[in-house]
Amino acid sequence: MSFARVLRTGCAALVLACASATAQAEDAQVTIDNFTFSPQQLTVKAGTKVTWSNRDDIPHTVASPPTFRSKPMDSEDSYSFTFTTPGTYKYFCSLHPHMTGTIVVEAASSAR
Amino acid sequence: MATHDEGPSRRKVLECMTWAGTGVLWTVSGGVPAAVGLIDEAMAQEVKGFTFLQISDSHMGFDKPANPNAKGTLEEAITHVKALPARPAFMIHTGDISHLSKPAEFDDADKIIGDARLDVHYVPGEHDILDEEQGKLYRDRYGRGSRGAGWYSFDADGVHFVGLVNVVDLKAGGLGNLGAEQLAWLKDDLTARAASQPVVVFAHIPLWTVYPNWGWGTQDSEQALALLQRFGSVTVLNGHIHQVMQKVEGNVTFHTARSTAFPQPAPGTAPSPGPMKVPDEKLRTMLGIASVTFKQHEQRLAIVDMPLKS
Repeated sequence: MSFARVLRTGCAALVLACASATAQAEDAQVTIDNFTFSPQQLTVKAGTKVTWSNRDDIPHTVASPPTFRSKPMDSEDSYSFTFTTPGTYKYFCSLHPHMTGTIVVEAASSAR
Repeated sequence: MATHDEGPSRRKVLECMTWAGTGVLWTVSGGVPAAVGLIDEAMAQEVKGFTFLQISDSHMGFDKPANPNAKGTLEEAITHVKALPARPAFMIHTGDISHLSKPAEFDDADKIIGDARLDVHYVPGEHDILDEEQGKLYRDRYGRGSRGAGWYSFDADGVHFVGLVNVVDLKAGGLGNLGAEQLAWLKDDLTARAASQPVVVFAHIPLWTVYPNWGWGTQDSEQALALLQRFGSVTVLNGHIHQVMQKVEGNVTFHTARSTAFPQPAPGTAPSPGPMKVPDEKLRTMLGIASVTFKQHEQRLAIVDMPLKS
């Protein structure tokens, strides 16, 4: 990757971050109870920070390769990821792959 | 922990009874499983064979209400192993040694299990590969001489043992996974072997579909079982589901062992497969290990599930 491209990507991310700040995207929560993500599907604006919290007595992870992969969350642990790029992100628990969920990220502009 | 109303003498008697043999012995003869009696009766029949133990799901580091002292119950299991009348040849551990793949958890397991002074052949559970490098810690410690993510085979007393790894590279919505590389290795490993040689396959997640809604199965296990089809005696030993289950299909006996850490509910009987809290006095009846004996020339194997308390 050239330096110019890195710079461009960096600027794009910065612009997106600013845009989401003006759109005042609110943080969103997903809880894990009984080996289930709740809500299972969540729609947010770009720039939203989504936080998963594990309420089970067993560790879980959330993974959506290559976009994000959490460390194992023990009981009461949480993990956050900020979605900057619109799209549909399917994720799962890498320990218990039958646990799946989806985050749909919409363009922040529609909120302006 | 538990404050039992029972006096110590009564408890002592109960424990002694357990290990004198009040478990049920299963034999498989001609593909038909049958409970033939109690362990002490069976042992009295002078078993001239080869016995090894299966221990599983130690979950060192687990401290939730289902069992706040998983270390203590593992120690109890090893104490019982040391007290067995006949010394087993070795142990296999079918994974989830640790709860969160922390070095201190592996250290605790090694110290306690090592006290049995038996060789231990390990395969990883999904809880053992949670380090940054997804299993490097496990492989450095337990994977010497193994291939890929930690699979291997060895022979003991004429029996061929195959340790498989089905907890790596799991896919969203899927079950346990062996993968093409491991299946190709298994094919090679079995190719030159006589169909008359007994085979024991062990892996963490069941290699038969116990309950897909909870992920209790391995998506490509059929391919492994197809490679084993020509063998006259195949025993598949798994853990993961923290309860005893057995199924016989043709020449293949499938068996899962108890955990030493905490029980899990029977399929579909709870909202999720999470750790099951049971009354304190019941906990040790749901934890334990298994003993497997081959009687030479009889093509018959006996699996004895031994709870910490009956």
